[in-house]
Amino acid sequence: MNALTDPLQFQFFVRALAASTMVGLVCAVVGTYMVLRGLAFMGDALSHAAFPGVVAAYLLKGPFYLGAAIAAVGTALAIGWISRRGNLRGDTAIGVLFAGMFALGIFLFSTIRNYVGDLFGFLFGEVLGISVGDLAGLLVLGVLVLVIVGIFWKELLYATFDPLGAGAAGLRVVALEYLFLVLIALTIVVSLQAVGIILVVAMLVTPAATAQLLTQRFGRLMLVATVIGMLSPVVGLYLSYWANSASGATIVLVETAVFLVALVVGPRSGLRRLVDRRRAGALTPRAVGEI
Amino acid sequence: MAVRLEHVSTGYGDRMALEDVSVALPVGSLTAVVGPNGGGKSTLLKVIANLLPAWTGTVEVLGGPLGVHAADIAYVPQAESVDWAFPVSASDVVMMGRYPRLGLLRRPGREDRAAVAAALAAVGMPDLGDRQIGALSGGQRRRVFLARALAADPQLYLLDEPMTGVDAITEHDLALILEAEAARGRTVVATTHDLAAAAHHFSAIVAVNRTVVAQGDASLIFDEDVLTRTYGGHLVFVGDRMAVLDDAHHHDQEAHGEVHHHDSDQHRHGPG
Repeated sequence: MNALTDPLQFQFFVRALAASTMVGLVCAVVGTYMVLRGLAFMGDALSHAAFPGVVAAYLLKGPFYLGAAIAAVGTALAIGWISRRGNLRGDTAIGVLFAGMFALGIFLFSTIRNYVGDLFGFLFGEVLGISVGDLAGLLVLGVLVLVIVGIFWKELLYATFDPLGAGAAGLRVVALEYLFLVLIALTIVVSLQAVGIILVVAMLVTPAATAQLLTQRFGRLMLVATVIGMLSPVVGLYLSYWANSASGATIVLVETAVFLVALVVGPRSGLRRLVDRRRAGALTPRAVGEI
Repeated sequence: MAVRLEHVSTGYGDRMALEDVSVALPVGSLTAVVGPNGGGKSTLLKVIANLLPAWTGTVEVLGGPLGVHAADIAYVPQAESVDWAFPVSASDVVMMGRYPRLGLLRRPGREDRAAVAAALAAVGMPDLGDRQIGALSGGQRRRVFLARALAADPQLYLLDEPMTGVDAITEHDLALILEAEAARGRTVVATTHDLAAAAHHFSAIVAVNRTVVAQGDASLIFDEDVLTRTYGGHLVFVGDRMAVLDDAHHHDQEAHGEVHHHDSDQHRHGPG
């Protein structure tokens, strides 16, 4: 039992638990829509695009949340606008802006002469070092994202599943698309400290992707993603405490392990289907072909 | 008039798909939009549904400009445009028909669940509400989408190829439901590539080939002149019998450079 309770005597560990489970919750909820919309790449792009905002906030001694939010939301809206104009494919617009913004971040970063250990935390995540103030900011922003999803969940679902039917019935599909891009951007800002720019996409995509292997109903999918999203950081933080490993990477590895388990033994996995077929004695030529 | 288009032209990008279309569909009419692939059937529906802006001309739907009565419109997309692996059940899809009227913040309640059950029963699927949509047959999928439209209780039904790829029983059932809706004063507009279905199940015809070639009652289908002008080179005469060559795949945004010999004389027109 001591192995479980010992870390809890450290306030930094309790703060890290609170921060990373909140991040897991928000990421799972937003990530569910993201996976269904095929926007996984967008998550990666917007997290990198937030970097110049973080560096600029550091240089100007402003709050990093503000800098990251301005950079990520601005990039999200720009990607939406460019891809809606129709001359470029969406993924092309994402590729150009994401690389450009990240380069701007590295450029600003390279101009800093003194020690910049804090900024490395944003690249790789350093949730164990989160301050009380940052935790409060994270919780407020996280609750804001959840409240917005709570208001628009039906409309987002309808517009994701059938944008034509939703649009004809009067839902503002384009506005909902922009709103969703902003939600992704804010979610990334919430997650930056916990897992870092490079690994945020895993927090967004992996729980929802795992849930997709386990259920075919939207409500259950979001629930399963949320459970995975909130439990993985707890397991990951303990593992990183015991192994003295990087916390963000450990959390992501836990999520990836859960995904792999679901892939192999889940009800919709190829392996399970194969076993069922063998049991049913129906290893037909077609089944052999699929192996 | 439930739908009135005057001198409407529109298209995709800089490619014009419909030119100078004028159509008037009375309240309670049951109209089939027919025409060749790429002739603009789906495009016409999208203009009425406010999914594609008119470049020129005026559009009036349910007595107001576009968008004003959107909540009274139910649009059913082509089956090919739907992601059938999406994690929703049949009743989830039908419930979506209730969302626009619910508005923000309100969750679906008892009344909505009753409407969903009634709509599923009306399309002959009372027990399949829990089925994931991908696990349904082609005919059942069309039934679910019609049920979604019914659950929305609309004044105007816009259905893109509702009878494509369904069995004869489903086609008959869907037609009966649409006839009943028209009979109680709802306006129904459906595209179809199936001229026999159009003649059997609909009372009015709009023939489209980059513009409205003809409109009138169902007997238009048997008018050789109208068919020749609508289908052009796709129309084949075998002795004194006439056949329409029209492949089963539908795409109203065909690739650039795709040639349709039936509309060669309209390709010269640029965007308005």
